[in-house]
Amino acid sequence: MSAVTIPYKQQLRREARAEGIFRFFSLAAALLVLALLAGVLISLCYGGWPALKEFRFGFLTQTIWNPVTERFGALAALYGTAITSLIAMILAVPVAFGIAVFLTETCPIWLRSPIATCIELLAAVPSIVFGIWGLFVLAPVLQHSVQPWLIDVLGDLPLIGKLFRGPPYGIGLLTAGFVLAVMVLPFITSVIREVFLSTPRSLKEAAYGLGATQWEVIWDVVLPNARAGVVGGIMLGLGRALGETMAVTFVVGNAHRISGSLLAPGTTISASIANEFTEAVGKLYTSSLIALGLLLFVLTFVIIAAARLLLLRLESRGAQL
Amino acid sequence: MNRGSLRKRRITAAVALGASGLATALGLAILAAILWTLFSRGLEGLSLQVFTQTTPAPGSSGGLINAIYGSIVMTMLGLAIGAPIGIMAATYLSEYGRGKQLSTVIRFINDVLLSAPSIVIGLFVYTIVVLGMGHFSAIAGAISLGIIVIPVTVRTAEDMLRLIPSSMRQASAGLGAQPWRTITSVVYPAARSGLLTGVLLAMARISGETAPLLFTALNNQFWSAKLNQPMANLPVVIYQFATSPYKNWQSLAWTGALLITLFVLALSVIARMISSLFGAGETRIE
Repeated sequence: MSAVTIPYKQQLRREARAEGIFRFFSLAAALLVLALLAGVLISLCYGGWPALKEFRFGFLTQTIWNPVTERFGALAALYGTAITSLIAMILAVPVAFGIAVFLTETCPIWLRSPIATCIELLAAVPSIVFGIWGLFVLAPVLQHSVQPWLIDVLGDLPLIGKLFRGPPYGIGLLTAGFVLAVMVLPFITSVIREVFLSTPRSLKEAAYGLGATQWEVIWDVVLPNARAGVVGGIMLGLGRALGETMAVTFVVGNAHRISGSLLAPGTTISASIANEFTEAVGKLYTSSLIALGLLLFVLTFVIIAAARLLLLRLESRGAQL
Repeated sequence: MNRGSLRKRRITAAVALGASGLATALGLAILAAILWTLFSRGLEGLSLQVFTQTTPAPGSSGGLINAIYGSIVMTMLGLAIGAPIGIMAATYLSEYGRGKQLSTVIRFINDVLLSAPSIVIGLFVYTIVVLGMGHFSAIAGAISLGIIVIPVTVRTAEDMLRLIPSSMRQASAGLGAQPWRTITSVVYPAARSGLLTGVLLAMARISGETAPLLFTALNNQFWSAKLNQPMANLPVVIYQFATSPYKNWQSLAWTGALLITLFVLALSVIARMISSLFGAGETRIE
């Protein structure tokens, strides 16, 4: 046996050296996570610099996107990103809230785990699958039934009517918002469900003891108690929606313009990059697309960081209790 | 607080809870609708040919073998790059750096990277690797997948390592083992199933990723096993074929989508089963 032949002290030294190496590598790997973030930021700044230098603040305020004259502005893509994500949130949040309520309160216990698993499987479906489903299944349905109805019913209303005018293309900002809503639904649901589950039992029982109905307990006790977590979950979903690429690229229509109608084709930051990057010729074109990527990264970073901070504060509060 | 008659309150409760049930039904219906479309359209084009022939030109027949091969190669390489780094980083967070300020910062940044748009990772790898090499390549695709694997593994692996009771570590230390020996001989084996779950979830996450491959691995219509050349992969092939006007390409895109979804769902289910079988606790993909 080798252990016998190696003197005791030598073996100790060897162990200590291995300890140093192992510790070094684990620290290096941990620091690599920080380096990744810095690397992404630096490389995007570097790549997008020519465009930012050329257009300065105009890059953020111009809607023009013309590869021929090499004039680029991010406003149309920024607008599309914001609008599609907003639509997604308006559609997904109430449904996610409903599912979370159902799964934590009304659902029979034996059904909870299977349904929760199904909803979470929705999160595992690759985004490209949502994309082709949106293009071939959802878009025609919207085009033939939902959009004509929206145009008829809402198109003539004074203020919001403008949003629902024009021909029903099927693809466009509204459709992209629908697909995004489906995609972020499981993420928001899972966060809301978790914060609902963490409501102290005693609080709920006290409310029931006062004669509250089940709904009143949820709305007046569980929800206020879980408020920060719910907001965090929604923002996490928003961060996802802003950066989602493939699902949107299929259905948004890829038109660099801002039209008043939600039914019209538009584009988002991620869709523009996905669509045009490999075909972009010229330094300024490529650089503008990278600058778009930088914009997207900063935007999602701020939102996700805020969401995480909210959820983190919640966790530490929970630990104190 | 006056809330009206008890009758009214009960009706409100019934309506609201009924609506929550409907919301759940809607969520399940969407999943069912997507799976149904995938099966009905994907099975149409599914034949042995899909697994024996390379991607065809428009109008002629062919399969997806080069794309399937490319996806497997890049996913495996991505895991080989990302998983060890992720597990080592998680080891630092859970074992060496527990309670340190640095760990809090790294954990936070990691959580942010976890939800960062994957297309931005593609741009990053493009500017570093693709421009550096001068051309698109499979290795660039694998690196961008590897970068996506890191935060997923860090998150799940740290959760799993933390579940190991510290009494086990203390017992090992009491026998005179250095921390690294404790970690590799006691903590890792105890957390084995949890770590495996994390790696499987990371694999599920990257096998469907399209955006970071678009301008790193690009695509290749032909069979290529060279890592420094563009390589076909299922997601990008699905993207290109689905948005094309050719019927045979669209049909193959659906078949590819079915294959990839079945694979990813199977992986997620297996990961769940492992973690529930071995009591590794809840894991989340987010």
